[in-house]
Amino acid sequence: MRVTCTVNGTTRTADDVWPGESLLYVLRERLGLPGSKNACEQGECGSCTVYLDGTAVCACLVAAGQAAGRDVRTVEGLAPEGELDPVQRAFLQTGAVQCGFCTPGLIVSVHDLLARVPKPTDPQIREALAGNLCRCTGYEKIMDAVRLAASSAGTETR
Amino acid sequence: MDFITPSTWADALAIRADRPDAVPLAGGTDVMVELNFHRRRPGVLLDLTRIGDLTTWAQDGELLRVGAGVSYTRLIEELGDRLPGLAMAARTVGSPQIRNRGTLGGNLGSASPAGDGHPPLLAADAQVELASVRGTRLVPIGEFFTGPKHSVLAPDELIAAVWVRPADGPEQFSKIGTRNAMVIAVSSFALALHPGRRAVGTGIGSAAPTPRRAAEAELFAAGQLPWDTLAALDPDVARRFGELVAASAAPIDDVRGTAAYRRHALAVLAQRTLTWAWRDLCG
Repeated sequence: MRVTCTVNGTTRTADDVWPGESLLYVLRERLGLPGSKNACEQGECGSCTVYLDGTAVCACLVAAGQAAGRDVRTVEGLAPEGELDPVQRAFLQTGAVQCGFCTPGLIVSVHDLLARVPKPTDPQIREALAGNLCRCTGYEKIMDAVRLAASSAGTETR
Repeated sequence: MDFITPSTWADALAIRADRPDAVPLAGGTDVMVELNFHRRRPGVLLDLTRIGDLTTWAQDGELLRVGAGVSYTRLIEELGDRLPGLAMAARTVGSPQIRNRGTLGGNLGSASPAGDGHPPLLAADAQVELASVRGTRLVPIGEFFTGPKHSVLAPDELIAAVWVRPADGPEQFSKIGTRNAMVIAVSSFALALHPGRRAVGTGIGSAAPTPRRAAEAELFAAGQLPWDTLAALDPDVARRFGELVAASAAPIDDVRGTAAYRRHALAVLAQRTLTWAWRDLCG
């Protein structure tokens, strides 16, 4: 089947989509957007977190057909080409990256958190990131990154 | 495999009747996992996410009608005041991403013994609205589940909504798992106090082939709680309540826990939730 949706502000069409295929597969394998990572395929790890009509979801649990006509925003679309979103910059500045696999999903989840709660408490950060697994960092640098992105120093660069 | 996206409820019911091989799909938090892992290859995926009626809730007389497509996030944000027990349970589901997608109707459709939404619906005497081209029926939640992942839902039926009375007293929910997020319950327990009619509602999760009530414990607590004086809860009453809740479970040993641990945990959860709820009632 054919699936057309808006991805990062541009209308995109994928052909020959299998009806049981996930939005994640369409993004990575058909539309050339490998930022969203494919790990658990069961919504446990959050590596494929994207916005669907402005709501943070696991792309692996969205059927491709459910995204038809909807607005999808991936980690590639958070900042204009060649630029970084303040959340991405904060992850770089604090060294909240190790192997990098979980990073795109975390970036989108943090982006979503700060859009809803601009000045989150530590428990709010932990709760918001409960669905994003990182097996390298122990999360402390990630917490630093979120605090920095939420601080005036982080938001000044917006 | 076909992917069909009806835009009206009538169309969805017609397709459901016409295609017994259809699997209803809402938030995808169960169905997509089965597809991703090659465990299921239905003839049709029946996408219910474009039917606007399913995602609404409204007060209808004394009851709330909550559409099957209302997400856990919306249960928390929009119904936390009217259905606090259900909102507490919703808050323990998965992660923000899962709560944004997963729906109350999907929880019922999967009919897992561990479904987090089920115990508070049992404690609150909810009814499930099932629909087909043959008509609509209301099933008391206590009669909905028939076995692990099985319910009275007929092959041509879809879950339309849940009917439930807004809380008329304190409600509590508690769940045991290995961490606070992303866990399937080892066991869970929901409690509702109905001081107006001096009744107690309960719901046990993940400790029997189906979610179930603890009827004997409910009658015991209703008879023993000091409704007139609102005196402090007698620890012996709380302990006996816990024992009766544990006795009404029928748990098994599995990868998440042993039957013995589940019984023990349920007794603790029941005592705690009764203590918290009674304290809420007494102010």
